[in-house]
Amino acid sequence: MLQKRVIVCLDVKDGKTTKGVRFKGNVEVGDPVEMAEEYYRQGVDELVFYDITASHEKRGIMLDVVRRVAKKIFIPFAVGGGIASLDDMRAVILAGAEKVSVNSQAVKNPQIIRQGAELFGNQCVVLGMDAARDAAMPSGYRVYINGGRTSTELDALEWAQEAVELGAGEVVVNSIDADGTREGYEIPLTRLLSTSLEVPVVASGGAGRSQHLIEVLSEGKADAALIASMVHIQGYTINGIKSDLSNAGIPVRID
Amino acid sequence: MKRVGVVDYDAGNLTSVTTALKFLEADYIISSRPEELEETEQLIFPGVGEARTAMQNLRSRGLDQFMRDYFQSGRQMLGICLGSQIVLSKSEEHNTECLDIVPGTARRFSRSSRLKVPHMGWNQVQPVRSSPLFADIPGGISFYFVHSYYPEPQADSAVLATTEYGITFTSALQLDNLHAVQFHPEKSGKWGLKLLQNFLNF
Repeated sequence: MLQKRVIVCLDVKDGKTTKGVRFKGNVEVGDPVEMAEEYYRQGVDELVFYDITASHEKRGIMLDVVRRVAKKIFIPFAVGGGIASLDDMRAVILAGAEKVSVNSQAVKNPQIIRQGAELFGNQCVVLGMDAARDAAMPSGYRVYINGGRTSTELDALEWAQEAVELGAGEVVVNSIDADGTREGYEIPLTRLLSTSLEVPVVASGGAGRSQHLIEVLSEGKADAALIASMVHIQGYTINGIKSDLSNAGIPVRID
Repeated sequence: MKRVGVVDYDAGNLTSVTTALKFLEADYIISSRPEELEETEQLIFPGVGEARTAMQNLRSRGLDQFMRDYFQSGRQMLGICLGSQIVLSKSEEHNTECLDIVPGTARRFSRSSRLKVPHMGWNQVQPVRSSPLFADIPGGISFYFVHSYYPEPQADSAVLATTEYGITFTSALQLDNLHAVQFHPEKSGKWGLKLLQNFLNF
């Protein structure tokens, strides 16, 4: 049976893991390579490294992080943040990443999804999408870019469908309303996307307790749940969370 | 230590496989040249992507005949992902003629099913008979999969392990000195590394 995945997201700034609340005010929480190794030991299914380094000159630091991670952990991991060209994609894939996550740049230039999928395969290209509730939109959710700071005219469901059509092999949907609140995922948004798209959907934003993952993986029909502060700050362990999921009847990988 | 050849036929990224081999301290070379790969004692052929392009790439380098000859020589071979499909007679992906080392067909997961395709993520692998490839790996352990087609060998005797995804499909196969797995051992944590180590120990 296909297992539901627990994915840990590490926001990396200047080579250090940070964690923010509602896209604002980041605090440093540790070394990304050491943290990745620890989560790997605890049985995490996948990792996402999101480069939030502001300056372009410092992007080399991130590639170094990716190379060091690839030597130590043998599970899939994705890299996102500032991926604007096929060269950016190639660089992180050659550094050892399994997947590349495109977000704002894909909104500005959707063809990067198609080109990336043609060159590296659909399974390599992940659409990251930040969305917030907006009654004016057909699906009830509007897409935001630039780390949630800039609104777009795109409807969340329509954009996700277009991205899948262009070749995205997976969609990570991050709720701006829920992000950093620790009050639970945005279930209706996740469920809408997961039941409408033919590719796996990863829920992101709002996890604070194991119960939140249980809800989004059952009621929300997500294929995977992304967490950050639960393990970075709140002291949860991956094995602990997975054991809670398993006890609730969610199929998860426990070795 | 045996020398391992990793076949480079432009079918996806070899970084993760070679990183795992490095971690296991294997003595390996990466090459697309038959004359270099001929000097090895074991062969690994990874691959992601599309069967037709993969077969074209193999043919243009003379690697198709080389792989058949390598099999005939009795040396151990391990196919990974697309590598478990191209060893069959043919693939439904663009109706492609494949290497025909193992009689059978690579089939696509049904579009009519409610299941998402590609089959992506960790799924349980159940060996159907004992094999040195799965030595010390408990039945039902999950490995990482990413694929839309799956191998269907003609003979049941070629089925080494199965996995459930709407249907029960062959996730590992074996014919004589050739083993192939549909999942990615190099991305499947400690049990994936164990499987690769088992192969290196052959």
